[in-house]
Formats: sequence, C-alpha cells, structure tokens
Amino acid sequence: MKFFEEWRAGDRVELGSADFPAGDIVAFASRYDTQYFHVDAERAKHSLLGGLSASGWQTCAKFMRLFVDWSERHKAECAARGEPAGRIGPSPGLDDIAWPRPVHAGDTVHYSMTVVETRPLRSKPGWGLVRFRAEGINQHGDRVLSLIDNVFVARRQQGGQEQ
Amino acid sequence: MRKLYFEDFPVGPVVESDTYAVTREEIVAFASQYDPQDFHLDDEAARDTPFGGLCASGWHVCAIAMRLMCDSYLNASESMGSPGLEKVRWLRPVRPGDVVTLRTTCLAARVSKSRPDMGICTFLWELLDAVGSPVCTIEGAQLMAVRGAVRGAVRGAPLS
Repeated sequence: MKFFEEWRAGDRVELGSADFPAGDIVAFASRYDTQYFHVDAERAKHSLLGGLSASGWQTCAKFMRLFVDWSERHKAECAARGEPAGRIGPSPGLDDIAWPRPVHAGDTVHYSMTVVETRPLRSKPGWGLVRFRAEGINQHGDRVLSLIDNVFVARRQQGGQEQ
Repeated sequence: MRKLYFEDFPVGPVVESDTYAVTREEIVAFASQYDPQDFHLDDEAARDTPFGGLCASGWHVCAIAMRLMCDSYLNASESMGSPGLEKVRWLRPVRPGDVVTLRTTCLAARVSKSRPDMGICTFLWELLDAVGSPVCTIEGAQLMAVRGAVRGAVRGAPLS
C-alpha cells in the first residue's frame, strides 16, 4: 500500500481479474447468501437474474482479495528497493454500493480502483482518508460492481513505516 | 408457507434474527480466502495494529449479516433483490467468540412508478453484539414484489 501522501484524485490501480466458477458461487452462497438464485442452478434459470449468479457480497469479497494481493505486491516491490511501504488501517465503511448486473457462473470480472478524494484527518494524526471507487467489469464489458471504499492510509511521517 | 410481499413490510421494525456465533476458525477461513491482512489471520500480528487483536474482515461481517437477512425474512419473501446499498459502516471489530444478531427496520416504502409489480423499501440492517450495541450498520434498497400485481419482469434485465 502506498503512503497517504502518494495518492492523488484520479489515480487508478488495475487489480486484475477473478473467475466465478459455479462451485465457488455455490460454496460462498451456501454459507452467506442462501437465496435460491445463488445456490440452485436449475431454479435460478427462471429467476430475474437469468441463471446461477454470485452473491453481491462475493463480488465484493473477490475485489478485496485482489486489493490485498496488490498491496502485498507493492510492499514487496518497495522492500526490493529498500524503501518502506505504507499500510491501511481499519476502514470506517463503504458508500454507494451498486450491483448493476448479475455475475453469472463462468463469468470473469476485472477489478480496478480509482481515487475519488484524499482527506487528511485531524483526529488521527498518523493517518489520512483515501476514498476509492472500486469497479468490477465482466468479460462483456458490463459493469457488475461499483462502490466507494473509505480507507485509512498511513501517513509517511508518524507510524507510517513498516517495521 | 405464506410468502411475504411488499405490503408485509410497512415502515417500522421488521424482525430480529436468531443468534450467530462467530468463531476464530470462520474468521481465519474467510480472511484467508478474501481478506488476508494479518490482523484478520493472526492474534500476534493483530496486537500491534489499531485492532489490538484478531478480528473479522469487514466484508465477512457483511456476509454474516446477509446470512441473517436470508434466515430472518429474505428467503420467506418475494424479494426482487437490491440494486445497491447506500452505506455500510463498520463500527466496532467483531472478534472470535462474539455472538451477533441482525435487526432489520424499514425506513421507507413505496411502489415503483415504472414497475407497479415492484415495491422499493429502504431498509436499515444493524448487526448487534450480545448486549444489543451495533457493530455494523447497512442501509440500502430492498425490492419486494407487490402482492397480486401482474408479473412483467424481463429475465436478466437490470433493475431500476
């Protein structure tokens, strides 16, 4: 993860793609989102979603996995250059989550994040707030996810350095 | 079993779910797959972070809330899904051994102008700890079929 001072509105990070095989969809949904169109392929064909589809929360969770993977890669690249890397703190939450189209079994979703805003925090001197718009686009070019992720990002001074 | 429709969700309290016990194993399993930051995987690593100890990924907390939505009213209803949520707030960490419940409240309800077979509710979902304090809140749209309306849905089309 970069330090707070390194982010600018408009900065974009490509996070890569995640597949949604039917087995993954059913495994997640069987535990966390048992609506029939997420667990029963046959019944799902006759639903509003048009086929077995991932829980919206799984579409979000796969974004998070790719975000963490990116952050770890960035940390390793900094370490290779002998430089410290930033880190993220507890997030206060999310805004404006939209799932405009279903993610069907077999789809692949490409994720990215774009900085909407950066805001220093007087209440937390070692941290700043970076608001990212995260997006997921499927293999047909349709948006399947959009959300604003509010992330506390360590500042370069005061507690921003990795040990 | 009689299904619930839009008319069964007037403004006001909807339902409180059964309890859900959050285990260390489940926290680590979810985080290993979807949010492998060290404070969601390891007590030792979490101690030096703002969390102070192992806690569940916020995304996992939302997933637990979703399960409790399904169990407490959603699967018993003619839900038409949700186009999205306005806000999620992670108020306090959820730790191994925590027992949570979900309280659902309807804040607003109206029939869609463009689709008279669809009701649009604004729901507040609060995941509560064992003493009833919210650890996570979610606010957003819950679409429900209107009882007795003609079903004119186009399969696979986006909802608006």
